[in-house]
Amino acid sequence: MTDFSRADVCAVAMAECFRGDGEWLCNPIGTIPVIGGRLARETFEPDLVMTDGYAMFTSSTVAPGANPYSADGEPLEIDAVVEAWNPYPQMFSVLWNGKRHVVMGGSQIDRYGNQNFACIGDWHKPKAQLLGFRGAPGNTINHVTSYWIPNHSPKVFVEKVDVVSGVGYDRARALGPVASRFFEIRRVVSNLGTFDFETPDNRMRVRTVHPGVTVEEIVEATGFELVVPDDVPESRLPTDEELVLLRDVIDPGGARLKEVPS
Amino acid sequence: MPNVPDKRTTEAEAVSELRDGMTIGIGGWASRRKPMSVVREILRSPVKDLTVVSYGGPDIGLLCAAGKLRKAVYGFVSLDTIALEPHFRVARQAGTVEAMELDEGMLMLGLQAAAWRVPFLPTRAGLGSDILRVMPDIRTVRSPYPGPDGGEGEDLVAMPALELDMSFVHMNRADRAGNGQFLGPDLYMDDWFVLAAARTFLSCEQIVPTDDFGKHGSFHTQRISRLHVDGVIEAPNGAHFTECPPDYGRDEAMQREYALAAGSPESWDAFKAKYLDLETEADYQRVIGEQR
Repeated sequence: MTDFSRADVCAVAMAECFRGDGEWLCNPIGTIPVIGGRLARETFEPDLVMTDGYAMFTSSTVAPGANPYSADGEPLEIDAVVEAWNPYPQMFSVLWNGKRHVVMGGSQIDRYGNQNFACIGDWHKPKAQLLGFRGAPGNTINHVTSYWIPNHSPKVFVEKVDVVSGVGYDRARALGPVASRFFEIRRVVSNLGTFDFETPDNRMRVRTVHPGVTVEEIVEATGFELVVPDDVPESRLPTDEELVLLRDVIDPGGARLKEVPS
Repeated sequence: MPNVPDKRTTEAEAVSELRDGMTIGIGGWASRRKPMSVVREILRSPVKDLTVVSYGGPDIGLLCAAGKLRKAVYGFVSLDTIALEPHFRVARQAGTVEAMELDEGMLMLGLQAAAWRVPFLPTRAGLGSDILRVMPDIRTVRSPYPGPDGGEGEDLVAMPALELDMSFVHMNRADRAGNGQFLGPDLYMDDWFVLAAARTFLSCEQIVPTDDFGKHGSFHTQRISRLHVDGVIEAPNGAHFTECPPDYGRDEAMQREYALAAGSPESWDAFKAKYLDLETEADYQRVIGEQR
């Protein structure tokens, strides 16, 4: 099977973020992250605990875009076994306890992984109010975080974020080793490549490029100076098993293809 | 039928206790199980300059649009299927509403601190983020105990208590004494809103005899005690247009109409005339019913 899409590559790259997590809560937010998380669960990380995005820990994620509680008076419509009830107040206990890997989006991200989805402009009178701080400050300082950016551009990968909602490596370092001992940004996955912070000063590094993309294109689409190794490998291609899972089991409706057009 | 106090009241009586400048808490989460009949009653009242603490949804949006809000205390303001609350965005971007924008977990701790009558609760959440930069009133505190390395105690965020003058929550069922039962997937922070407030009014889809709770759900769903509830309001469809499962889902069409009304002063006036400039909640429910 050789005909895969960019979206399939992104889903696999997202799944790779969870490699080694073992029996942790896999908590991807967004279409490709949810698909990637479930792909990891179905293949190389079978012990992951998943959520339905609402109040349940489940044996798998629900279909992209599905709301398990929307139907009038109907019981929960989730095509997954509920393993545990985990309403929001309990979720904070879980995340402050640490066995969680979240994938968030971001309207802006900088070279140290500082992320903003709170607002654009001055926080006191924003040009555009966005989500607010939501859970980003608590997530990033308490457990592993990765990011998914579907629209890699200099507007998103910026020199300086307007507001720091998710903490980055420079901020974490300034806090000192004790306060930042649970902090880790594992990976950033975009529609062009994957990125990590495995450099001496934790600046963002190009880890892999997606097939059909060049390092030059990535540099061009990034508003700050990336660390670019001499040899940047290509992102891992989906296996036949993964392609079958993506197409027939996890995302038969093709939600991933709408988020990342080929 | 056990002998319990009778605290039945109405939205109008509850809201008549509000004073200008009060801090109120509103239960639910985004566009889920919000005490909307009470919010609509606040819109009909003359009260103003409110501070609202909420996991925000159309409650904050409506109060912004109606000019009732001086300050919003929130982790997010969202309509779920419409990610950003448009009326709240308009107010924030125009600078007409003050903001205390928190991490969602910090907001919970603020309610818990108020509920437990302590001035703050420590947390790691917020450290390193811009919460402390843009809201310098939120302080840190040094642990009096040795750090994990045996050295100095670590610095943590001291989330201040969010004390509420009044709180409003909406339950699926309640008895006339104020014992509340939720039947959906999540209580959200409603139990903390109730405990953090000096006065609490609980609206519900249906008032049932105390000994009937068991017919509706297991005792685990009886999470609000009359100890902390001052009035009970029977408000069928009272969370409309937010969801209130298993009684009903979100009215997405109505929510879209509400969101679009943020587009211009004219569209807001039209929405207001149709749905909000009505004498009573019963009139609202009649208008909604006629549209179906």
